[in-house]
Amino acid sequence: MTDALHAEWTKLRTLTTTWWLLIATVALTLAVSVAMAAATHLTAGGGGQDPTRLSLTGIYLGQAVIVVLAVLAVSEEYSTGMIRATLSATPRRLVLLAAKAANLAGLTLVAGVLGVAGCLVVGRIMLPTDGLNPAHGYQLVSISHGPTLRAAAGSVAYLILIALLSLGVATAIRDTAVSIGAILGLLYLAPVLAEALTNPLRRHLEQIAPMPAGLAIQATTNLRSQPIAPWPGLGVLTAWALASLLIGGLLLRLRDA
Amino acid sequence: MTDTETATGRPRPPTTQPRRASFGPVLRAEWTKFRTVRAWLVGLFVAALLSVLFTFLVANGRHEGSCTGPPPPGSGPNSPGSNCHAGHPFVPTGPDGEPVADSYYFLNQPLTGNATITAEVTSLTGVISTEPANVAPSQTSTRRGLAAWAKAGILVTPSTNQGSAYAAVMATGSHGVRWQYDYTHDSPGLPGLMTDTSPRWLRLTRTGDTLTGYDSTNGITWTQIGTTRLAGLPTTVSVGLFVASPVSFQDSNNGSPTLATATFDRVSIGSRGGAGAVDAWHGQSIGNGSKSFYPTLGTGGYHRSGSAFVLSGSGDIAPGVGEGLLGADTAASSLPLGLIAGLLVMVVVSTTFITTEYRRDLIRTTFTATPNRATVLAAKAVVIGVAAFVIAAISAAVAIPLSEHILKANGDYVFPASALTEIRIMAGCAGLVAVTAVAVLALGAILRRGAGAVTVGIVVFVLPYTLKQVLAGSADEWLFRLTPAAGLDVLGALPRSAHVAYPYTLGNGYYPLTPWAGIAVLCAWVAIALGVAALVLRRRDA
Repeated sequence: MTDALHAEWTKLRTLTTTWWLLIATVALTLAVSVAMAAATHLTAGGGGQDPTRLSLTGIYLGQAVIVVLAVLAVSEEYSTGMIRATLSATPRRLVLLAAKAANLAGLTLVAGVLGVAGCLVVGRIMLPTDGLNPAHGYQLVSISHGPTLRAAAGSVAYLILIALLSLGVATAIRDTAVSIGAILGLLYLAPVLAEALTNPLRRHLEQIAPMPAGLAIQATTNLRSQPIAPWPGLGVLTAWALASLLIGGLLLRLRDA
Repeated sequence: MTDTETATGRPRPPTTQPRRASFGPVLRAEWTKFRTVRAWLVGLFVAALLSVLFTFLVANGRHEGSCTGPPPPGSGPNSPGSNCHAGHPFVPTGPDGEPVADSYYFLNQPLTGNATITAEVTSLTGVISTEPANVAPSQTSTRRGLAAWAKAGILVTPSTNQGSAYAAVMATGSHGVRWQYDYTHDSPGLPGLMTDTSPRWLRLTRTGDTLTGYDSTNGITWTQIGTTRLAGLPTTVSVGLFVASPVSFQDSNNGSPTLATATFDRVSIGSRGGAGAVDAWHGQSIGNGSKSFYPTLGTGGYHRSGSAFVLSGSGDIAPGVGEGLLGADTAASSLPLGLIAGLLVMVVVSTTFITTEYRRDLIRTTFTATPNRATVLAAKAVVIGVAAFVIAAISAAVAIPLSEHILKANGDYVFPASALTEIRIMAGCAGLVAVTAVAVLALGAILRRGAGAVTVGIVVFVLPYTLKQVLAGSADEWLFRLTPAAGLDVLGALPRSAHVAYPYTLGNGYYPLTPWAGIAVLCAWVAIALGVAALVLRRRDA
């Protein structure tokens, strides 16, 4: 297992794409959060804003880059034929998948922590000037605030789970473009579809779709009005990630490369 | 290695022009490539299937109905009542077949033959309901305030049925005196606000089927402000004084019903002079019940005060836009989600149409066969563009009637669209998908790798459509003006009116650009992508 981990780490580490994608994740996450904070204005009577969630909006776009990173980690091996060499070196395919998953999770953790920390700083500095300040009954974004800490840690965990979900899907599909299309479709279309549905159906979709359920972890206020509570929401995404890894692993084991 | 060198196509000296390959065979080659890869054909099929399925889901999720019974015991506070049935309130149809608001208070009498009706409007005041949207408006919770398009004046109509033809001259809240007929036509008269010292005199004459409106500040010097022929006007028509006061959107996006009160003095009809005999006047509240779609504040009424008539009325005589209980359902309103889903699949098909050639090194063979790379790009663009156009047109041709049918079956009001509008929407959807497919193909040519091209394609050409719900304030309006999402403006099918004060915002279903301007913005993006791709292909080794 250590050897497999090391081999996968070398493969990931020596690709410049990996580092560019990680930088892009942090940069895009921050850029969207800054734009969001700049566009926010406290309207009269428009209460009920969630400063922490607003600060973390960037995850919405940042996850797309994590998807690419995770898909490339396996699909590029198929497109270049490298997978045969890899499988000759590590014949135990589940070990290979686990090694890939561990490496990806580690890298995503680093990018996630950087991105989320940056988002919180952005929220701390920019949101009070938009009217989301104690004078209007809003707490400053602070990591010492329990729900905010949960949202921050949860957002990092969210990105890791998205990476694992993508890895599983890409292992099953094997084609870069189709995998990315399928995952981004699964992530971004579900909330839009939910928006268009009426309530019993809409609530259920928001409870089981990976992105709305997973991002429930970002809520810090008005928890009762959310379709799903923070931790169960992240649990739903975990189930998605595990299921996708399971299917991916199974197919990897059963199929010829 | 020599053949590889030729294949990679090093830039040639300008003197030796490549033999100009004719376009036909190149196009045929690209078409053969496209139709023989099963994954791409499956992709097209999936795109069509997803777009129709999602349109169906969206349309199926919209219900309109009313419940007469109480909620069943044990249900939540927001649950609908029992004894419900599907259906929307009555929406009148104007003379040109368009939906109209036709709710007002009308003090009228029948009149035969040619005549002149004159009245002096000496005051116009109003109140606005302060109840939240989910509470029935009541006369007791109001604040003072006059709607900008509150109307008080003289009206002639062949019938008091809702939606019938009419012509009217009127004083308004803050748009001066207006001459309006048949809901959509409007011309301005005296501007400025009416005050006690500066009343507004109004006059309407009928000669045959020609109606003419005049205004004056003193009742002596008259200015004609508009005239029209109402073809087929019967000899006996209803003439009289009317007051209407439309829903105000000053306080909330949901609108608050309003009521206006006007005083008419020195009312005279025809050559008889003086005020008409009091018995001849008949006060009538038009389109003012719970069955009408237009929200009103009470039914209005009238009383006499000395020689003057004091009328109060609520409602509007104007084109029906998305206000009130109409909602915003059109032939196109269920399409966006299906369009986005189909587009997403199209992005994958279109990028792989070129990135696969790079991955498999087929691109070298392609460029050896056709050294002019712009020709190859053009042929690929035509193939993928036409395929996308056809598949999107077929999907739209299925999805539009399907969604309209489901919406109507669910009791929703669907704004009527002419066949031309439906064809425009269909062609717009097809054009949008085709143009986006070409843009993403160009992206594939620039980036050469599937991962980058698909991600950038989805983020730039699909994600903006979904950001609507994330963005706050007016940012989403700019999204649909500047980004490729402007293409979605082709779906705009809700009527607008310059003389209905309504927030024509994206949130209410109004796209910020006209359909063709939206497509033009998208085309500009595509032109940039194609230009860069052509340049990069020529400069770079394959």
